[in-house]
Amino acid sequence: MVKGRLKPGEVIDGFVIEDIAHNGGMARIWQVSRPDIDCPILMKVPVIGEGDDPAAIVGFEMEQMILPRLTGPHVPRFVANGDFATLPYIVMERLPGTSLYPLLERLPLPPEEVAAIGAKVAVALDSLHRQHVVHLDLKPSNVMFRESGETVLIDYGLARHIHLPDLMDEQFRLPYGTAPYMAPEQVLGTRSDFRSDLFALGVMLYFFATGERPFGDPQRLKGLKRRLWRDPLPPRARNGAIPLALQEIILRCLEVNPAWRYPSAAQLALDLQDLSAVKLTARAEKMKRDAFGTVLRRRFNPVPIETVKPQTAEAQLANAPIVAVAINLSGSTPDLDEAKRRTVARIIENTPDARIACLNVLKINRIALDTSLDEEGRNKHVMRLVELRAWSTGLPTPGGGITFHVLEAVSPADAILAYARENYVDHIVMGARAESAMRSMLGSVSGEVAAHAPCTVTVVRNRTRPEN
Amino acid sequence: MLLAILSDIHGNREAFEAVLAAARAAGAERFVVLGDIVGYGADSEWCTETARSLAESGAIVLRGNHDDAIGNASVTMNPTATMALEWTRRQLGADARAFLAALPLKAREGDYLFVHADASAPSDWNYVLDASDAGQHLGACEARVSFCGHVHKPALYCTAPGGRVTHFCPVAATPVPLLPQRRWLAVMGAVGQPRDGNPCAAFALYDTGSAELRFLRAAYDIATAAGKIRAAGLPVSLAERLFEGR
Repeated sequence: MVKGRLKPGEVIDGFVIEDIAHNGGMARIWQVSRPDIDCPILMKVPVIGEGDDPAAIVGFEMEQMILPRLTGPHVPRFVANGDFATLPYIVMERLPGTSLYPLLERLPLPPEEVAAIGAKVAVALDSLHRQHVVHLDLKPSNVMFRESGETVLIDYGLARHIHLPDLMDEQFRLPYGTAPYMAPEQVLGTRSDFRSDLFALGVMLYFFATGERPFGDPQRLKGLKRRLWRDPLPPRARNGAIPLALQEIILRCLEVNPAWRYPSAAQLALDLQDLSAVKLTARAEKMKRDAFGTVLRRRFNPVPIETVKPQTAEAQLANAPIVAVAINLSGSTPDLDEAKRRTVARIIENTPDARIACLNVLKINRIALDTSLDEEGRNKHVMRLVELRAWSTGLPTPGGGITFHVLEAVSPADAILAYARENYVDHIVMGARAESAMRSMLGSVSGEVAAHAPCTVTVVRNRTRPEN
Repeated sequence: MLLAILSDIHGNREAFEAVLAAARAAGAERFVVLGDIVGYGADSEWCTETARSLAESGAIVLRGNHDDAIGNASVTMNPTATMALEWTRRQLGADARAFLAALPLKAREGDYLFVHADASAPSDWNYVLDASDAGQHLGACEARVSFCGHVHKPALYCTAPGGRVTHFCPVAATPVPLLPQRRWLAVMGAVGQPRDGNPCAAFALYDTGSAELRFLRAAYDIATAAGKIRAAGLPVSLAERLFEGR
């Protein structure tokens, strides 16, 4: 066991201790180096002593379990874990710059900036949730950025990996988290709902856009529980410059019942990236808090919160895919259109929280600059949108809604693939081009999409009678 | 070293074969059989022979309550288990009976303890069903990591010095790091008669180097195993439950 405090120049398991980077209550963070590692690295050492918060140790153990299992640009790269028998530590990549914390000095931020930051954080959450991890302590000081611009979520001390034992669970009577950002179900002790992170992001967006925390910073359990029945002042009542769509998004994230929030971080990211496509409800127009009577009723007759078990958390997320349906408005047949609609209807029935994005590619000339108006002076783009809407008539309404998009591109396959990559699409549905001289000459769009797509692709084709 | 840990085979040859094949394909270097090789299924003789050849090539093989009852006329079980037990007694040859009777109740190797049921009284065959049972087990042994079976449903318990016992129900094959500063009790699911709602044969792989445990399942030919149970005239419920893993 290494006794006492580390000193610069000491060497632990090959890591040379350089400077102290942060001296926190729960852990000390050292800047370290090792000759075989080419990126800047940090060593996090928990503060263990008599009378220290036992949650600090358990949180450190959780991080030792979870961090090595995470990959991708949105988490700090894991390097090594130190054994408790000698010195407990975690060595990980050191990220450049600062967290979002210094931003709090210049609130409120312009709404466009709030939405842009929110979208980037939502994308990082989507990546984390797909790796089976709920962060449960999302706040400005835990959000950092790479030089390439991606958001990195740090500090997994309160996180829950759905596939690993939860050392925090059953260990402590009080809920753990950061008071202003904690979701209502987290206050009640649930630690396996991915949507708890969407609530925390909603608190961040509210704070960034208005300069005020929606639920203050309560210091006691009683104050924490207030968010179960007391709704926050709508953001637009604090800052009239906030667009209706942004208020809609923020208040949906702050819903008490997780089932009324966005079903996935990816769907939230989509809305934050394009405020014009957000479906507005009564949330967008709200200018006052709920009336006294309503609040009183809620106090004694609480909003239902469905408890998500670890076993069902992933099923909930899987019910909310983003599905892109590529619709060829001119080259299709009524039979193929119908078959495609049936396929999409079945997807909505099986995954009721799906978001359906109907796409059409408006081919543009490779060389000439297209005039976007046709001879009759009608905007091609708008006409296509009208036709897309008509195509979707009769489909059941999915929880995530249906949106319509006309992509202008030279190559339809490239346009569909780019859309799928940029919008975290889980499933592409498209029709097969009929057997024709065109297809043998140009190859099939669906074949190219299926070969290169980052997700599942369903190619719909009507079965033909075999010809003898 | 990669250990394959199996428990509660219960005379189900098809499940046993599937697990052995899956464990070998995954690179298992040593086998541990936590007992209940016989009982319920129609192939107790074959399963005992296979366990014996595993033991001869270095496997740890322990005695479970069903193995114990073969040579112990005073044991009482529920009516279905008793019918299966009496049938199994008639099927097993003298060599198999002698092999089962001589098996140890527990095995300790370094940091690890292997036992069929709760280690505080191995011959009482107490079930480890919850955190309090696990606390009793962990209080009665010193090994840092122990493995038991008997329950037919996989679970993982852990505790830190002075802390409470945490329960975890494995939900996927994701490797679980058994952190060295904690003590762990892993309850294996059953190879031959799973009861956690998943009919596939359960087993686990433990990597002693990385201290990672994986709870795994192997699909097997349930129809054949169930057909043999019916053909042998054993209680039909023993065949039916295999399809549902109940």
